[in-house]
Amino acid sequence: MNMNTAKSAPSNFGINVFFIIVCLMIALPFLLVISISLTSEDALSQFGYNLLPKAWSFEAYRIVFEKPTTLLRGYGVTILITVIGTLLSLLLTAMMAYPLSRRDFRYNRQLTFFVFFTMLFNGGLIPFYILMTQYLHLKNTLAALIIPGLLSPFNIMIMKGFLDKISKEIIESAKVDGAREFRIFFQIILPLSTPALATLGLLISFGYWNEWFNALLFIDNDKFIPLQLLLVRILSQADFLANSPMAEVSDKLKYASFPTLSVRMAMAIVASGPMLLIFPFFQKYFVKGITVGSLKE
Amino acid sequence: MGKPEPAELHTLPGNTGRRQPAVLRWVISEFRHLRKNRELLLLALPGILFKLVIAYFPMVGLILAFKFFRYDEGIFGSRWVGLQNFEFLFKAQDAFRIIRNTLLYNFSYIILGTVSALLLALLLNELSGRLVKVYQTTMFLPFFISMVIVGYIGNAFFDFQNGYLNTLLGYVGIDPHNWYLETTPWIFILPLVSLWKGIGFSTLIYYAGMTGINPDYYEAATLDGATRVQMMRRITLPLIRPLIIILFILGLGNIIRGDFGLHYFLPNNVGPNFPTTDIIDTYVYRALTKLGDINSAAAVGFLQSVVGLITVVTANYVVRKIDDDSALF
Repeated sequence: MNMNTAKSAPSNFGINVFFIIVCLMIALPFLLVISISLTSEDALSQFGYNLLPKAWSFEAYRIVFEKPTTLLRGYGVTILITVIGTLLSLLLTAMMAYPLSRRDFRYNRQLTFFVFFTMLFNGGLIPFYILMTQYLHLKNTLAALIIPGLLSPFNIMIMKGFLDKISKEIIESAKVDGAREFRIFFQIILPLSTPALATLGLLISFGYWNEWFNALLFIDNDKFIPLQLLLVRILSQADFLANSPMAEVSDKLKYASFPTLSVRMAMAIVASGPMLLIFPFFQKYFVKGITVGSLKE
Repeated sequence: MGKPEPAELHTLPGNTGRRQPAVLRWVISEFRHLRKNRELLLLALPGILFKLVIAYFPMVGLILAFKFFRYDEGIFGSRWVGLQNFEFLFKAQDAFRIIRNTLLYNFSYIILGTVSALLLALLLNELSGRLVKVYQTTMFLPFFISMVIVGYIGNAFFDFQNGYLNTLLGYVGIDPHNWYLETTPWIFILPLVSLWKGIGFSTLIYYAGMTGINPDYYEAATLDGATRVQMMRRITLPLIRPLIIILFILGLGNIIRGDFGLHYFLPNNVGPNFPTTDIIDTYVYRALTKLGDINSAAAVGFLQSVVGLITVVTANYVVRKIDDDSALF
């Protein structure tokens, strides 16, 4: 992949050591959270959090999965919006990016401006909120979690950057053979764009999986709470108690009715784990798939 | 359909021989363009409609900044109040603080993020083979978790009783700190966490740009006896300069829009650290959820959009003066 010549082993050794240190520092927080979730509650209150459990326990996970209704519902909502959102968003992004990548498309400049202007200027939170609730009536619907993220200019930019590199002769020859634009797009361009689609699909699906902002704004019906909002609620309840002036009361409450420390961390892992496991499988597409436009030859 | 014809042909008068009025000629030629491009336009249509509704329609709502909004009267029916909504922002004693925090934090995120990502990408570009993938995957992990989880991780480190940071400090005999109640540490914590979360993605974007560089350049340079550092400075950096500039300009466009998730979940949304953690976005969110103050929030939204636009246009203008090719538009 990398064509640099003149590689010298000793300095590469230094660079490798540097990256290993960087990676260890980046991975350390994950290790800590995993460790907390696997430590027994007693050990936590005695020794605090540690990088390696002082006393191992799978109790937290047992509790998480014991009464899984809320969690399962959260999973259901999250999976649903992730799958639908990603597919729709990919299609919409590609359909928008393709005409923009065609230099012979008459309205190229105007449409490019139309799309990217929204990156620089927008109505802000309040008009957006009013639009979603008063005009589109999307409060407490799954659509409120799907629609806002459908078409991001940055994703269009990545897709366009990739399409720019597809040779234009292919399109020309398809036209000579009598294919029309729709056919060219769906039967030639899309199949050729697998790396970009895989990359974007992964980015988009992570966006949906991690969606909490729109949920915070638009969802208060327990039926439609995605995983991340569930976590937000647990976090804010716990923090409210931890920081409340009546520390003693809060301590009792914390242990009585709210998830204990290890359970909270276990939930965080259960909520983000699946995506982190999926990610490495798509890794191979990433460098090929991400090309932000205007890199001149 | 045949080959695309040069656009100029269409702007010439048709072969009717009679002179047509300029407007009519324009309409006819424009109609032809529409017809000719209709399939590509049709492909883009869903996206266009979507952007119109979700992005452009709310822009009309910007007039809310100058109105006293009431749900029963709607956006257009509500009463005009001029600049009254903006007063709170400049009168409130928090105003200076949240604007300063927003600008300084975002600026530090941009600089820190760009410099580190470039450095890592340049070093990564020197390596090859399996390890590069391992490094990339590891650096990417934080990018793929939500800010909520970052809040949880923050908790694991900064919790007063159990936090790992206090445990660590305990080993070297330093008394535990209640991090959430202090102000100064956040000046360093927030940029570090922002860097931790975003570095994988920015590095990858630069790295992907570097792998797109024609290897002939490096071969020629090697023949001329260039060192690796020289190649970095004379080939790699200049060639990915447009990318650096684009991302920098886009970053500037958001300089007055804060990272809400980071500043909301990481410092736990607790009062005592607000002097160094509160930014415009968290402030507005509080004003909205706690006080229901739609009008001030709308005014702030308006300011953010206008300032963002001015920043980008100015930055782009400056870039265009220096190097026309690298400008965003």
